[in-house]
Amino acid sequence: MTYLAAHGARVADLLGQHVVLVLVSLLVALVIAVPLGVVAARNERAGAAILAVAGALYTIPSLALLALLVAVIGLGQITAIVALVVYAQMILVRGVVAGLRGVDPALVDSARGLGFTARQTLLRVEFPAALPVMLGGVRVATVSLVALATVAAWINAGGLGVLLFEGIGTNNPDKIFAGALAAAALAIAADLALRGAERAVRT
Amino acid sequence: MRYASASVPAVHDVDLTIQAGQFAVLLGPSGCGKSTLLRTINRLVEPTSGTVLIDGGDVRRRDATELRRGIGYVIQAVGLFPHYTVAQNVGVVPKLLGWNEARTGARVDELLRLIRLDPARYRDRKPRELSGGEAQRVGVARALAAQPRVLLMDEPFAAVDAIVRASLQDEIARVHRELGTTIVFVTHDVDEALRLADRIVVMNAGHVVQTGPPADILEHPADDFVRDLVGVDAETRRLALERPLIER
Repeated sequence: MTYLAAHGARVADLLGQHVVLVLVSLLVALVIAVPLGVVAARNERAGAAILAVAGALYTIPSLALLALLVAVIGLGQITAIVALVVYAQMILVRGVVAGLRGVDPALVDSARGLGFTARQTLLRVEFPAALPVMLGGVRVATVSLVALATVAAWINAGGLGVLLFEGIGTNNPDKIFAGALAAAALAIAADLALRGAERAVRT
Repeated sequence: MRYASASVPAVHDVDLTIQAGQFAVLLGPSGCGKSTLLRTINRLVEPTSGTVLIDGGDVRRRDATELRRGIGYVIQAVGLFPHYTVAQNVGVVPKLLGWNEARTGARVDELLRLIRLDPARYRDRKPRELSGGEAQRVGVARALAAQPRVLLMDEPFAAVDAIVRASLQDEIARVHRELGTTIVFVTHDVDEALRLADRIVVMNAGHVVQTGPPADILEHPADDFVRDLVGVDAETRRLALERPLIER
């Protein structure tokens, strides 16, 4: 605890970087995963293909993926964000697919029968009905990203991982402990906040 | 017409005219094609061949979405939108049609009174706070919101218990008398058909086997299938028909 007490401002600074890394990755990942999930939920074949690719990417060890990306894009935050976006796809797409496939078919039938267009049915009926399940995917993805983002420090992308790598390099367990504690606290906070959101949107 | 995946057409060789203002009931066992036939009217199912005309106009020449907004639609599972209140559910088609809030609100209250749910008590409830019978009433109100000239009902009362079903049947009969809306109603329940219909359309295996007023179907079944369907109780049922609807 001595490191945390003595260098609180630095830990807070790195925590901020970590949050930004996770949030930006999550937003970019959602922009990709939601349309992919809609296609995958609608079309059996496309769905199988999309989930297979996302699943395969998910199995690449994170250090290996980062090393590959560094070779292509170079060091830095962009590379880390790309890696995190790739990892989040699997979880997010699954959440969107599970949410949409779980929507009561009677809701879709009545929406279409009452004269909703396909787009209105999706936006006004299917998404709201699928939201709790989709948010579950977002929650799991967020917690995973908080953990994965610690590795980003290895390629100069900042974040709480900096404390872990520095601590390992200088044999300073107190520093490692400070980084681990902050990352765990962030993961738990994100988990609780998103659980609350899930409850709030449940009808 | 036929589904792409099926070798046998779901509905075949149907020539049927329903008069404006009529309460027509499509009656038959499950899988006979009655729901499919109903769903061709609002183009949820497109026939592989043949035409469906409303007021002399081919439904395929109209935009499907715009067509459906002018036709009420009620299904067994009700399908109320769980994230909307009762008022938002009932007002959903007026909103699609661009009515302003005052007009929609007034119409919602009018409809809730029509189906005998006190607007002040029910307007702001969520569907999960309704009983099965109340939810189906709201489903009917939602279908009637934009004053459709045609109302399609697909086994609307099959999922509620007998007592609630009887009261819903009374309500829809009254609504039909009051509004004069043309109703096409699908059921496999013979008693329900006899009770509600001006005209019964008996279907089997994708074909219409007989059409006529309830009394005709009972007294002169066209073949063994219809005779078996209306059953051994035909005489009792015929007697029940002689009681005027208003008393029931």
